[in-house]
Amino acid sequence: MTSIINSSYFLILSTTAKESLSILEILLIALGYLTFFAVAGLFLVLLERRVAAWFQLRIGPNRVGYQGLLQTMADALKLVSKELTGTIKADKLLYNLAPYFVIITALMSLAVFPFSKQIQAFDINIGIFFLIAVSSIGVIGILLGGWASNNKFALIGAMRSGVQTISYELSVGLSLLTMILITGSLQLSEIVEVQRQGGWLILQGHIPAIIAFMVYMIAGTAETNRAPFDLVEAESELGAGFHTEYSGMKFAYFFLAEFINMFIIASIATTVFFGAWLSPFGITESIPWLGVFWFLAKAMVLVFLMMWFRWTFPRLRVDQLLTLEWKYLLPINLVNIVIMALIVWLNLTIKF
Amino acid sequence: MEKIIFYILAVMMIVFAITAVTSRKMLRSVIYLLFVLCGVAGIFFLIDYNFLAAIQLTVYAGGIIVLIIFSVLLVHHIELKLDMAKPIRQIITAIGCLIGIGVFLTTIYSYPFKVVENSNITTTAQIGSKLLGYGEGGFILPFEVISVVLLAAMIGAIVIAKGKKLSDKNEETI
Repeated sequence: MTSIINSSYFLILSTTAKESLSILEILLIALGYLTFFAVAGLFLVLLERRVAAWFQLRIGPNRVGYQGLLQTMADALKLVSKELTGTIKADKLLYNLAPYFVIITALMSLAVFPFSKQIQAFDINIGIFFLIAVSSIGVIGILLGGWASNNKFALIGAMRSGVQTISYELSVGLSLLTMILITGSLQLSEIVEVQRQGGWLILQGHIPAIIAFMVYMIAGTAETNRAPFDLVEAESELGAGFHTEYSGMKFAYFFLAEFINMFIIASIATTVFFGAWLSPFGITESIPWLGVFWFLAKAMVLVFLMMWFRWTFPRLRVDQLLTLEWKYLLPINLVNIVIMALIVWLNLTIKF
Repeated sequence: MEKIIFYILAVMMIVFAITAVTSRKMLRSVIYLLFVLCGVAGIFFLIDYNFLAAIQLTVYAGGIIVLIIFSVLLVHHIELKLDMAKPIRQIITAIGCLIGIGVFLTTIYSYPFKVVENSNITTTAQIGSKLLGYGEGGFILPFEVISVVLLAAMIGAIVIAKGKKLSDKNEETI
């Protein structure tokens, strides 16, 4: 059911972008993206574990393969071979549907990122808005999974996740909107073009842009349900939260989606604030294929930043979480948009 | 190609719309409704109206459906099933639906629809300038009226959520 929806969406997306491609080519591109990001997600898990070990003065996984490079591969193989269990009185249909919601919305967002000037699967004219729209659906999977498990801890986790994601989506959207004021376009390729001519947006917009970036990173971390905002799966209170009852591959979908979402948040920040595939000071502008390297390097720095948050800050309480969003981030954001509008209006942006 | 996708989406929407009203499990019918709304978004993508498609996904799929799911989560237990309606009500509803379909079909078939050869994509900038335009065909007045209504609703929600703490009598208890 969902696979039909997924594939039809992918077909729609690809046909509108490039009329000349055949169905086979479209499917191959989609398959390539899926494979690449599934494997990349696994390596992000490994990175997380190594970073965690580094922050806690441990060694971390280093036995399977060189420096533990194959550790998460082995974990994935183990998860594939595990039995899929579930509770007896669960709503089976929704229970099985939930992981696909989460993973499909995560993968759909990846289609629009400009990894280099050429490598962009779908350059839609509403780019950023499409990303926000798609990511707003992912939370449904979490809510469904928590409810359909017929487990009270899972249900509490799901409710928390719903509250958290709906609240912080606002801040993500508004902080990105602040930057859209400079570019005047939602299309990701045009956002990059603006930055190619006038420097990275975080420099162009100076003070409000930096505030927007900080708000975005906080809200983005909250939206991916990671620590310090991981009330959804707070181990000491809820077991594993909404995915307590999931096992095997279905659990792996949730896990993978979390890491791909982290990469997506970092990639949006890279595109909107740090010039996507553009090299710093244009040092490698003559070598276009290095764009992929620069994009991934910047995204990885931001991913590392999010891991740093995770292993540094203690977890918030629910009321603190909501206070932070509604009493601090949202007002800051609204004022910030007005300041940015004034700066753009008075031509006070810094251009190189 | 577009034809095939259109029919896939259309069949999907019809099937899920029927299952949404016939399913006796509350949350399942909400999810079927979600698929219908996603199908509508797919149709918008198909006719290159990306902005409206994204609006459909954010507002209906991401907003309203999430709110409905929330209310279901709060009031509904997993083993509960919705009651079957009385036969007389079923008949009345069926007649109402048929009248609705009749009105729609007569409206649709009484106007000729022409296929536009070279369609141009509506950009977000065009929509924005039209929405805030005060010239001919601008929507600034309804836009402002709606924003005032929303503000009133927001303040009302805050007052209701605050509860008794706002009244004079129990001011000491704050």
